[in-house]
Amino acid sequence: MRVELDNLTKSWDEVIGADSITLDIADGELVAFLGPSGCGKTTTLLMVAGIYKPTAGTISFDGQVVNEVAPKDRGIGMVFQSYALYPHMTVFGNISYPLRLQKLNKGVIKERVQTVADMMGIGDLLERKIAQLSGGQQQRVALGRALVKEPQLLLFDEPLSNLDARLRLTMRGEIKRLQEDLGITSIYVTHDQVEAMTMADRIAVMSKGVLQAYDVPEALYDRPKTLFVAAFVGNPPMNFFDVEVMRVNGDLRAKSDAIDLVIPHDRGEKAAAVDGKVIMGVRPEDVDVVDDASPAAEGLTLAGEAVVVEPLGREDLVGISINGVDLRVLVDKTRGVRVGDTITLVFNTSRAQFFDPETEASLLWA
Amino acid sequence: MTQQIEEEADALARAAVGAPGPQRRPLGRRVRSTASAYGFMAPAVALVLVFFVASGLLLLILSFTDLSSANFSRAWNFIGLDNYERLFTDPFFPKIARNTVFYVVTTLIVFNLGLALVLALVTTSIPRRAGFFFRLVWLLPRLTPSVVYILMWQRIGAGDPFGIYNQIVPEFLGASGGNLIFGGSPWAFVILTNGFNGASFGMIIFTSALESIPKDLLTAAKVDGAGTWRIIRDIKIPMIKWPLLFIATYQTLSLLTSFEYILLLTEGGPGLFTTEVWALTSYKRAFATYFGNSQWGYGATWAIVLVTIALLLAVAYVKLFRFNELIEEPRIENL
Repeated sequence: MRVELDNLTKSWDEVIGADSITLDIADGELVAFLGPSGCGKTTTLLMVAGIYKPTAGTISFDGQVVNEVAPKDRGIGMVFQSYALYPHMTVFGNISYPLRLQKLNKGVIKERVQTVADMMGIGDLLERKIAQLSGGQQQRVALGRALVKEPQLLLFDEPLSNLDARLRLTMRGEIKRLQEDLGITSIYVTHDQVEAMTMADRIAVMSKGVLQAYDVPEALYDRPKTLFVAAFVGNPPMNFFDVEVMRVNGDLRAKSDAIDLVIPHDRGEKAAAVDGKVIMGVRPEDVDVVDDASPAAEGLTLAGEAVVVEPLGREDLVGISINGVDLRVLVDKTRGVRVGDTITLVFNTSRAQFFDPETEASLLWA
Repeated sequence: MTQQIEEEADALARAAVGAPGPQRRPLGRRVRSTASAYGFMAPAVALVLVFFVASGLLLLILSFTDLSSANFSRAWNFIGLDNYERLFTDPFFPKIARNTVFYVVTTLIVFNLGLALVLALVTTSIPRRAGFFFRLVWLLPRLTPSVVYILMWQRIGAGDPFGIYNQIVPEFLGASGGNLIFGGSPWAFVILTNGFNGASFGMIIFTSALESIPKDLLTAAKVDGAGTWRIIRDIKIPMIKWPLLFIATYQTLSLLTSFEYILLLTEGGPGLFTTEVWALTSYKRAFATYFGNSQWGYGATWAIVLVTIALLLAVAYVKLFRFNELIEEPRIENL
């Protein structure tokens, strides 16, 4: 099912929950609504579900405006962070509830519940009470309940946030596989950018009720249109520096008291045109730690002092101070960086991002 | 208490390995170590002993005597089960028993549970402030001493030429005056008066229970296709099962022993025992018999039988509603 949101707005008196959200979701697509808590992602989801009534704008399913359609008639299935299972019913009672409300005959209900439960790997738990299930099993029941009525649209509201890290990883893959197999259009609300990056076909990044960006994951990562998107997408997050980009002997150089780096022309022209400071962004993996500065890296090398070392297992996340300017870089752990070490850094400035400090818009992609 | 358990465990451990036991601590120290625990329990224990155990025993003993205001200066005269025989052969006993069941069941179902549930459901479905206001209004009679509240209704319904109703309705609306309490159905008047007040207790308990149902559950039910009525039936009522059963139990027991509404509104009338209930009979036999003869022994018999019924009912409720399930085992998160 195709979903279109057109200037969708929800406000309560003074508070704006979602502000003119416009986006479209193709049939069979999984779209993630990504943003910090209070960004309006759940508000938007609940409007799509029909729980909240939009203050303005429209929601369309396959071209039909559904603003006035009751939740039960929207053909949606929903999965919640809290699972929202009915604690007084058994697993069978929970999964069969949507079908019982449709007044299907008992045989059909039994068959469909069994099919879905088997698909979710909980076929032998149907007689259990909800309290007798683990978190992972409960989430499977919740998924089963959402799927059993064969919805046109699946809505996920942070479905994995209550699970422990290992299980979250498994369920992430399962949901994605299931969604692709069944080809159900889905909206997936999350504050976890890894979840969004790995699962979604496209990601809608939201902040303070406003849609910041809507694009495929790689585009958000490589070509962030706003400072917020650049800062929110990516883990560990992008490093930011206040610099002035100026022309020196035909080269573009990003300069501040602590920093002096050569910038490729295709990256820095627009930043150089700005009169005064801009914000430069460099991802942690775009900085290399080397033993000695080579002549080839002339103009891309800076020295700093390690102030924090966080071992991540495969590599170390090292906090470095360059004359008082802080950044974080990923360092091969065989280097054995220790706090207090002086470190030589080579910046891959061909991947640097630039943002206007006033508008926070990208000076590359906006 | 814990210390005591620890000491016992310690002694057991020593016995197991054949180690010599610890020297018993001096009595004074042992008393001192548990004194504060007993101290905290003392007021409750004293209350239960004086007002429940002692008075209950006294009542039981009284029920085997013919003690009354006519012979109280003499020694107690034990008459065996005569009072009990007299009670069960009383020609009005079946009527009083029926009245009691009718009064308890009707008030409980229609008002203490029914109206309370409706009020809770309605006031939690409208804007919060409005809901709060309406609940406050329903609670007002409860802030009034119940005797004052009852007497206000009694003054409203009193017969011509008295009564607030009679001052207003015939004067301005042209309808004829009369006696609201006895003129229509005295039972209706008694049960309405009690019920309007009694519903507020359940209303408050149910409201807080309803408000603690997670919003996600209601959203899930709506998405699953449930309308208002199905949400009430399938989600809300099962989710407030324990408060409902608690109110049913508690109110049954308190209605069984309640007689002040009937005493003040109808005195059990009109006529012979029309609205008389068990607790009122007990009260009347013991303290308000005509000719100034208070039959304390016989009154005690009515009370003892009522208390026995109430105790049996309480046990039945606990078993029937499986209150032990209230204490559920903690859920263990396993993968």
